[in-house]
Amino acid sequence: MAGIGPLSEEGLVRLLDHTGTRVADERFGPYVEHLTVEDLRGFWRDMMLTRAFDNEATSLQRQGELGLWVASLGQEAAQIGSGRALREPDYVFPSYREHGVALTRGVDMPSILRVFRGLEHSSWDPAAHSFHIYTLVIGAHTLHAVGYAQAMDWDGLVGSGDPTKDGAVICYFGDGATSQGDVNEAMVFASVNTAPIVFFIQNNQFAISESTTRQSKVPLAQRAVGFGIPSVRVDGNDVVAVHAVTRWAMEHARSGAGPVVIEALTYRMGAHTTSDDPTRYRSSADEDYWRERDPIARVETYLRGLGELPEDFEASVLAEGKEMGRTTREAVRSWETAPVSSMFDHVYAEPHSLVDAERAWFTTYEASFADVEAK
Amino acid sequence: MTATSTANNQEQVSAVRTLTLGGAINAGLRAAMERDPKVLLMGEDIGALGGVFRVTDGLHKDFGERRVIDTPLAESGIVGTAIGMSFRGYRPVLEIQFDGFIFPAFDQITTSLAKLHYRTQGKLTVPLVIRVPYAGHIGAIEHHSESPEALFAHTAGLRIISPATPQDGYDMIQQAIASPDPVLFFEPKARYWDKGEVDSTRVTAQLDGINGASKGTAEMSRARVAREGSDVTLLAYGPTVRLAMQTAVAAAEDGVSIEVIDLRSISPFDYETILASVKKTGRAVVVHEAPAAYGTGSELAAHIGEHAFFRLHAPVMRVGGFHTPYPGSKFEHEYLPSLDRVLDAIDKVMAH
Repeated sequence: MAGIGPLSEEGLVRLLDHTGTRVADERFGPYVEHLTVEDLRGFWRDMMLTRAFDNEATSLQRQGELGLWVASLGQEAAQIGSGRALREPDYVFPSYREHGVALTRGVDMPSILRVFRGLEHSSWDPAAHSFHIYTLVIGAHTLHAVGYAQAMDWDGLVGSGDPTKDGAVICYFGDGATSQGDVNEAMVFASVNTAPIVFFIQNNQFAISESTTRQSKVPLAQRAVGFGIPSVRVDGNDVVAVHAVTRWAMEHARSGAGPVVIEALTYRMGAHTTSDDPTRYRSSADEDYWRERDPIARVETYLRGLGELPEDFEASVLAEGKEMGRTTREAVRSWETAPVSSMFDHVYAEPHSLVDAERAWFTTYEASFADVEAK
Repeated sequence: MTATSTANNQEQVSAVRTLTLGGAINAGLRAAMERDPKVLLMGEDIGALGGVFRVTDGLHKDFGERRVIDTPLAESGIVGTAIGMSFRGYRPVLEIQFDGFIFPAFDQITTSLAKLHYRTQGKLTVPLVIRVPYAGHIGAIEHHSESPEALFAHTAGLRIISPATPQDGYDMIQQAIASPDPVLFFEPKARYWDKGEVDSTRVTAQLDGINGASKGTAEMSRARVAREGSDVTLLAYGPTVRLAMQTAVAAAEDGVSIEVIDLRSISPFDYETILASVKKTGRAVVVHEAPAAYGTGSELAAHIGEHAFFRLHAPVMRVGGFHTPYPGSKFEHEYLPSLDRVLDAIDKVMAH
């Protein structure tokens, strides 16, 4: 339910409310004036596909195909709205729940699950998608993101005025992460170096079981003030508003004006992970309240109200979602585990005698069983 | 002799200088920055001040504030932002002001820096160098005299090296910077003012040549026989190499011949050189300033036991600090390995 302190609705930018009604906003309205109904249908499609993929992954975990899954359920507007505000030269540092942002960066979605099947620790080429690998160490990547942003600045990719060239970094993390030292250090380094970075906080109201009220007395966006960083709070379940504030923030950062903090207030509709049990720490009334604020439903209502969600389009998106589920299932079941000795690969870029010796020992050890079997 | 060859000889002579260890590392940093414009320095007070030990003296003036960066006072931030810079091809060389202050960055070093190459199946390399003035004997207050190398050696993905001489200070800092792997470069701070001859030509030719980075990485990973002997192998690195050499001189007066190995690299250890020596002498003593328990010496003793047991005349002995916090400086002479304590260990292995 609407909360107090860090969960209050104080200052939230909102352009499409949960009844599917457009709301005027003098400051951020202009940032979405260019959006057509095709664009909005595109947002809706991206959110639907993200959810289809996410639901499939949850099923695969339940079927024993994945060790764990971290659902993005309920956070689709925050992720698609921001992801679709990015340009080619921008670079993303996700946390580990940004499957929707991954979709907007062209990542092969099933490949995300390789990590959760335990095959490897990352699957995509960060440079190819301008999308860094997932980081599980809470907040650690925020510093990498700041350093990357500083380097973009040094490389002349900021503030030139050329939209095909100017870029910025966007870094995603959650409400829990804002308590980490690294996140606070990241804001210090970003601020004093005028780094081109947008810190995008998805306040999904929970750090596993702990409410955001265990992290802060005030809205998280207010933290930015102390670092000298401009910030904005946005309804994270409103894809239009998220898109608007992210466009504004990225333009600010790309222009060389320095960092921005966005706090998107959303709700983690599912569990923290498939190992979690939210019934132990939150009420079904709370879940019902937020289900009524489902980020996908309000876009659907809005488009339907305009008569702009034709049946054939809706059917095609549903079919696409089904197809994504099928290809994901097939991909997961088709993956082969690499030879065990590959666990010794890439520990170092140059040969390291200890790793080489252990690999050699292990290979001999394995081969000794083959000899026994042969006899 | 022709005029040309005279000129060449003069050039070679001028390439040999007498430098302190601190001065040699400074010269090595300068050479690395001249070699590669992507090399930059980051740390606390390393700019106008030149670092609390003046190891970066003059570099801020000559290379500017973009390449010699005074950072906010936050070690995790220094390492973490440098990791991000390396993704864009930069080669940050970081200074942690004192050994005991590296721990705020422990998470970034062990969970991010050490693992990124592995986690990306080699798609990302993270060529950071973290310079750490370490070890004691300077009469400092607490947290300024520690030897935390074993804590990092236990983490796969990091290379740990420590120079003991000005020549190695000059060469190894450049090899570390050229290496594509993350390197922790432990500088024995009590030895910063020791002087020695430094020839700049060899490492320059190596790193400017084909596969220079690979050759440099391989060479900085090798141990050096600092003194040949036949009765006992004395293994040391960084601050204890001088002590080991003094021990060898003292033991020689008693008729004991000591082979001193300057390990130079802790991860990896150069077991080829180590085992060749131990198999020759049949006895090994390890001496380091870090606490002996759970230490790098324990690892050496275990490895020697596994691979040279039947060539040993005596158990491998460790001489190191005690399992206490680093004590007040009035106690450090007794806490740290001394000539007497190393000689005591030599007597014990020679009794067999």
